[in-house]
Amino acid sequence: MAYIMIFITAVFVNNIILSQFLGICPFLGVSKKISTAVGMGLAVMFVMTLSTIVTFLIYYTFLQPYDLKFMTTVTFILVIASLVQMVELIIKKTSPALYQSLGIFLPLITTNCAVLGIALLTIQKNYTLLAGICYTLASATGFTLAIVIFAGIRERLEHAEIPKALKGTPIVLISAALLSMAFMGFAGISY
Amino acid sequence: MNKKSLENLTRGIFKENPTFVMLLGMCPTLGVSTSAINGLGMGLATAFVLILSNIGISMVKNIIPDIIRIPSFIVIIASFVTVIEMLMQAYLPQLYAALGIYIPLIVVNCIILGRAEAFASKNNVWQSFLDAVGMGLGFTMALTFLGAIREILGNGSLFGWSFVSDETPTMLLFIMPPGAFLALAAIIIAVNKLRGAK
Repeated sequence: MAYIMIFITAVFVNNIILSQFLGICPFLGVSKKISTAVGMGLAVMFVMTLSTIVTFLIYYTFLQPYDLKFMTTVTFILVIASLVQMVELIIKKTSPALYQSLGIFLPLITTNCAVLGIALLTIQKNYTLLAGICYTLASATGFTLAIVIFAGIRERLEHAEIPKALKGTPIVLISAALLSMAFMGFAGISY
Repeated sequence: MNKKSLENLTRGIFKENPTFVMLLGMCPTLGVSTSAINGLGMGLATAFVLILSNIGISMVKNIIPDIIRIPSFIVIIASFVTVIEMLMQAYLPQLYAALGIYIPLIVVNCIILGRAEAFASKNNVWQSFLDAVGMGLGFTMALTFLGAIREILGNGSLFGWSFVSDETPTMLLFIMPPGAFLALAAIIIAVNKLRGAK
């Protein structure tokens, strides 16, 4: 039951993009088409889960016992950056088809604050490994959900008549505000 | 100060303002601008890291092999972020608590890595310092401005000084997440209009 609560809270109530503002860059940048948004979502889900598991293990086997907590930020970002590179190499070698669809998103993910953010939040919230994985998967699902819905809205916007002053970034931000308002409706189910 | 130095200093403040013109570093911009003081704190913390990392990187740019450039930059930036993180925890615990997760996330702020790659790795220490001061000031001003607007509309106060009575209804929406997008959209419309008018 606790896991289901973590999951629902992270997907809807505290949606990683719309209420915590992590991963805004890909949300605004890679959301012009539904297909690319799905690809980005899956790539983030994969890297995020992997990096949370690795950083979790590193934190509790090295950083905490040896009193090196102040090294958390440096260690985590290095681990994530190298992990992304490694994943890219492995996918390129083993599955060219997957590389074709996810490969282009991988370099973008290193500087995606959602990945580092969730790794740090998992530690801050004192989750166990299992709860942490559940939390990460849920956050990544929330990311994918938000970016895919948003891409759908933007595909429609392409054909809409937008006032001249709002063209470009402003209309994108206003649509994001409306989507964020819709997600605020879920706030009632948290406890 | 010669013309080139002056241009490097002012570029980040107006012409290439990282937030309103270049749209970089959106996560902290939207996340912590719930009040003017939070925006100011976050802006100054980021400016601090930006200035030190630009100086550091321009000093060691000739020693670092090109192929491991980006990881080295990240290590330098992450070290300075750890420094500011510990300083804030010690001397400004309230602000540290308010900014929360966004302080360690300065590491992945694209403004800092962007300036390291685009400017500090190609220019000398003094020019990199000026560039960082300009960009840092531009970012700080943008965050404080956005925070001020959201605080005035959402809370009826500015820098914590309330100017409406407690019963006055305020537009709470503006200190909630959707308000961040709306306020930023409004500012960008205004900025585009001003830039277009020039």
